[in-house]
Amino acid sequence: MPISLNPQMMRQIIMDHYENPQYKKTPEDVSKYEQLHMFSDNCIDDIIVYALVKDNKIVECCWSGVACTISTASTDIMCSLVIGKDFDEAKYIIDQYNHMIKEESYDESVLDEAIVFMNTSKQAARIKCATIGWDALEEIIHNHHHEK
Amino acid sequence: MLDPYKIRKDFPMYQNHIKMQGKDLVFLDNASTTFKPYSVLKAIEDYYSFYTSNHHRGDYDLCYNVDVKIKETRQLVAKFINADVNECVFTTGTTQSINIITYGYALKNLSKDDEILISIEEHASNSLPWFEVAKTIGCKIKYIELNKEGRITPENVKKAISKRTKIVAIAQVSNVLGYLVDIKEIARIAHENGAILACDGAQSVPHRKTDVKDLDVDFLSFSAHKMCGPTGVGVLYIRKELFNKVSPVFVGGGNNVTFKPEHDVTYYSTPAKLEAGTLNIEGIIGFKSALEYLMKIGMENIEQYEQNLRKYAINRIKEVKDLIIYNEAAEEGIITLNMKGIFAQDLGTYLNSKGIAVRTGQHCAKMLPLFLNTPATVRVSLYFYNTKEDIDIFIENLKNGGNFLDAYFA
Repeated sequence: MPISLNPQMMRQIIMDHYENPQYKKTPEDVSKYEQLHMFSDNCIDDIIVYALVKDNKIVECCWSGVACTISTASTDIMCSLVIGKDFDEAKYIIDQYNHMIKEESYDESVLDEAIVFMNTSKQAARIKCATIGWDALEEIIHNHHHEK
Repeated sequence: MLDPYKIRKDFPMYQNHIKMQGKDLVFLDNASTTFKPYSVLKAIEDYYSFYTSNHHRGDYDLCYNVDVKIKETRQLVAKFINADVNECVFTTGTTQSINIITYGYALKNLSKDDEILISIEEHASNSLPWFEVAKTIGCKIKYIELNKEGRITPENVKKAISKRTKIVAIAQVSNVLGYLVDIKEIARIAHENGAILACDGAQSVPHRKTDVKDLDVDFLSFSAHKMCGPTGVGVLYIRKELFNKVSPVFVGGGNNVTFKPEHDVTYYSTPAKLEAGTLNIEGIIGFKSALEYLMKIGMENIEQYEQNLRKYAINRIKEVKDLIIYNEAAEEGIITLNMKGIFAQDLGTYLNSKGIAVRTGQHCAKMLPLFLNTPATVRVSLYFYNTKEDIDIFIENLKNGGNFLDAYFA
């Protein structure tokens, strides 16, 4: 954990995103968005991730549904990180996040607040909660490539 | 009086001093599954070590020994629930048992004007198979209203039942709220209205004495793994008057007397008719040992012990601030709760970090949140090897919880 970030701050970041998720909304012009419905078998998570894609770039990203503290905060933070990024950049961020979750070496510089989930692997049953939104976006990007 | 510390000597999960997150394991998730005594493990190992062979397949001694074991297990199951031996069908568990009722009985005997009564607190295994019946034949599913506490009462069954009702399908004990349903009275009401009663016994049979004749149920489903037996084995009790109305869902090896090229098949009678394919022999043999173990302790003793432990747990839980209990008055050893302001799964993760196993979420009863007004709960479920000390550890950790998200940062 970086010296600048103590457990209280990490907790606060998660609670802020849980209580006030900035990107939790259904887009008004939802038909223009690519979307993926994800649900978990061991938690209540049942979410849809939306991405507005233009020229291989994520112009907008948001999500809706029912989700626990961890999946709410992690999906919300993910949205904040990928908006405005092209697919390669977004994929790089997702990869670094997954490396971190798996306790592999990762590039912290692109994860910003997402590093609050660095110890999730200690609670293995909750890894799915911390990755569900990220997995959705990764699949959206993958599907977009394949549709082309 | 039952001594849980003496009982723990029979269980490898206690004798092996299992730790979780570096802490001594406190297992409070017995409604999900239960620990197995050494005797069950030994019975399974003996089968593979000394008499591996298939059932009803050959003239040799090993095979005969397997047949004898299966027969003895069936006799013991029958004794355990006071049924006749042929009324007990081996299945893979409660889910398959209920699917035999829906696909083998309901689909063949109901028509589109008929109604099936269930409740919103039923487990997925006692809801989805009925939904499939309704979708296939166009009949209606109606819900018995729960009373304020969340109980299914005979009065509310009377309100919901009609001359169109053909099946009442409910659990004797809800896997979330733990209330004991008056199945005997509800069976009487069902029969009076020309319906049958299919009882889901997954959460009741392991914890109390069961007498199908006294309860007067038509079907009873339960699983071995929730009563110290192996996974992958269960029972479907079928009242013998219904034998001819239940068709096999699976057909093939072991369930037919003869078949001819023009598709002319003669099936065995129940139970073999409904047991096509090689049975879970190791599971059935292990189940026999589990039943012997439970019968030696005595189901009345188990019931009494669990009820006392539940009372102790409820009293202690009340010491903890901000806990909401959803089923304080329930008869079974299931306590469902939430801590104000803490998401159920986060509380579950925190308890995991303290070595305590509980279930969180909707517990497969996904219609019940409509009644409970919460998307998820924490469920503590007891068995006869749990101790007051288990409860004390649970309570102390709740009291000294501090911030429940700490499990992620420790």
